[in-house]
Order: sequence, then structure tokens, then C-alpha cells
Amino acid sequence: MSFSAFLFYVLAAILLVSAVRVVSARQPVHAALSLVLAFFTMAALWITLGAEFLGLALVVIYVGAVMVLFLFVLMMLDVRQTDQTPRWKRHLMPSLLVGAVMLAEIVLLIVKGVKTKAALPENATSMENTRELGKLLFEDYLYPLELVAVLLLVGMIAAIVLTYRQSRFVKRQEPAEQIAVNRDDRLRVVSMPAETETEDAPVHSLERSPEKTGGH
Amino acid sequence: MPGLEPTLTHYLLLAAALLVISVVGIIANRRNVLVLLMAVELVLLSANLNFVAFSAYFDDLSGQVMTMFVLATAAVESAVGLALLILLFRRRGNVAVQTLDVMKG
Repeated sequence: MSFSAFLFYVLAAILLVSAVRVVSARQPVHAALSLVLAFFTMAALWITLGAEFLGLALVVIYVGAVMVLFLFVLMMLDVRQTDQTPRWKRHLMPSLLVGAVMLAEIVLLIVKGVKTKAALPENATSMENTRELGKLLFEDYLYPLELVAVLLLVGMIAAIVLTYRQSRFVKRQEPAEQIAVNRDDRLRVVSMPAETETEDAPVHSLERSPEKTGGH
Repeated sequence: MPGLEPTLTHYLLLAAALLVISVVGIIANRRNVLVLLMAVELVLLSANLNFVAFSAYFDDLSGQVMTMFVLATAAVESAVGLALLILLFRRRGNVAVQTLDVMKG
């Protein structure tokens, strides 16, 4: 067994064990740290496959950013009280059944379907991986790349809008409310009884125009 | 059966095992939406492993470009999912999956 084969089996074993730990850990923090280990191992596997840039990007993006986001949320929530509920009770057996069927189907498909038994080709252009990937990304796949950029922007706006909490202490204009105002909100028409003249009223009160009661 | 040296079949089997582990975790998990999100990340990671393995096998870098797109989409998905999780926690006070049965008939 060559060294690359040995490396593959070791990394695959670490990956599978850490994946099992992710879905079965009692503490969510342990699950998050196992997921970090899974990402690291996957990055190593990709690097052995010749995808150096993707491996490093996986470490930088996932271990550096996404998992930190997960851990932030984990620390913000009070997860201790959710640990009291029983787990793996009623749903373990059906899920294992579904998993076994899925695994059998996929393994059958792969073992029967993949005709080749040849080893993976050694990457001759391995040193040029980043440069070739950049060329492909910015020439052939430029339009999808821009779509993904817009998708990231939309995700950012969505996350901000979803978690935005309005404070009562900030004074600001509400254009929607300003536009949606009715006449009745601003002007109140009061119906008043008309004034009746008395006999001994002074003269100047007669010359005064009747009290405007606002349009009635 | 595949031999000892790692071929394309080995990588595909590894990705399938990873997928099945995470799907079982998604179905069986009744405690925490956060762990559910992590399992979804594992599903996407196994798909990425398939992409990279085929890319190495066919010596075509398009699969690696697809993997980059999947990575970006997964990052967006986890960000929005975590925002929804925070909303859920504010409203209900816990993130247990088994309490989310409002839509149950």
C-alpha cells in the first residue's frame, strides 16, 4: 500500500468518525468542534486530490468564518436547557433504516455503475491549480460568479433584516406611515350647535361672521 | 469490489457514507436546530467531495469551480439559517426540534 493510499484511509476514517460525532454529540459545542475537524480533514483530502486552492479556501471560509458564526450563535443561545429533552428515543430506528436503505442503494449504484478500476490520474498541472482555476472562474464562469456574488449580497441583507430589532429609543422617520396617513388622522371635524342670537346682544356681535365650525 | 488503492470508487463511497451519516443525523435529531444545520453542511460537503473527485478523475477543473459555487451557497444558507434560528430562539425560548409542531395537522 502506497503512502497516498494510507493517507486516504486515515483521512477517511477521521472524516467519518468526526461526522458521526457531529450528529451524535450531546453538547452542541462538541458537535461544532467535530465539524471543524471534519472540514479540516476534507480540506486535506482535497489537497491530496490536487485541489489545493479549494482546500485552503475551505479552511479559510469554513473553519475561519462559518464555524465561528456557528459558535457565536451557539454561545448566544442558552443551549443548556434544550439538553434535558430525550434524544435518540423514537426516531433512531426509522432513521437508521432509511440510512441503511440509502447507503445500500448508493453503494450498489457506485460499485456496479462505475466501470473504471483505474487509479486517479496524477495531476500534472497541480502547481498551476490556482492559476487555472482563476482563469476558468473569471473567463468561462464569469456570469455564474456574478450571480453567486449577488446571492451572497442577498443572504447578507436577509440575515440583517431577519435579526434586526427596532429600538424604542431611536427617533426616526417612518415614510410608510407618513404616506399612509388619512385626512381623518390629521383633521377632526367637530359638529357644534349653531349660536342663537339673543335680544340684548351687543351690535358688534351681529356683524361678526358666524363661528366657523369647520365646513358644516 | 474495489481494490486497496484509492480510485474514484473509493472517493464516491466515502462521500456516500458521509451523506448517509448526515441524513441519519437530520432525521434522528430531535433536540437542536443548530445541529441540524451542521448536518446540512455535512451533506453539502459530501456533494463537494464528489465534485472534486470527478474533477480530479476527468482532469477538468470545472468541477472545482462548481465546488466554489456550492461553498458560497452553503455559506449563505448557514447565515440565513442561523438568523432564522436566532428569531426562533427569541420567539420560543428554545431551539428544540420536537417543539416545532405548530404546522402538524
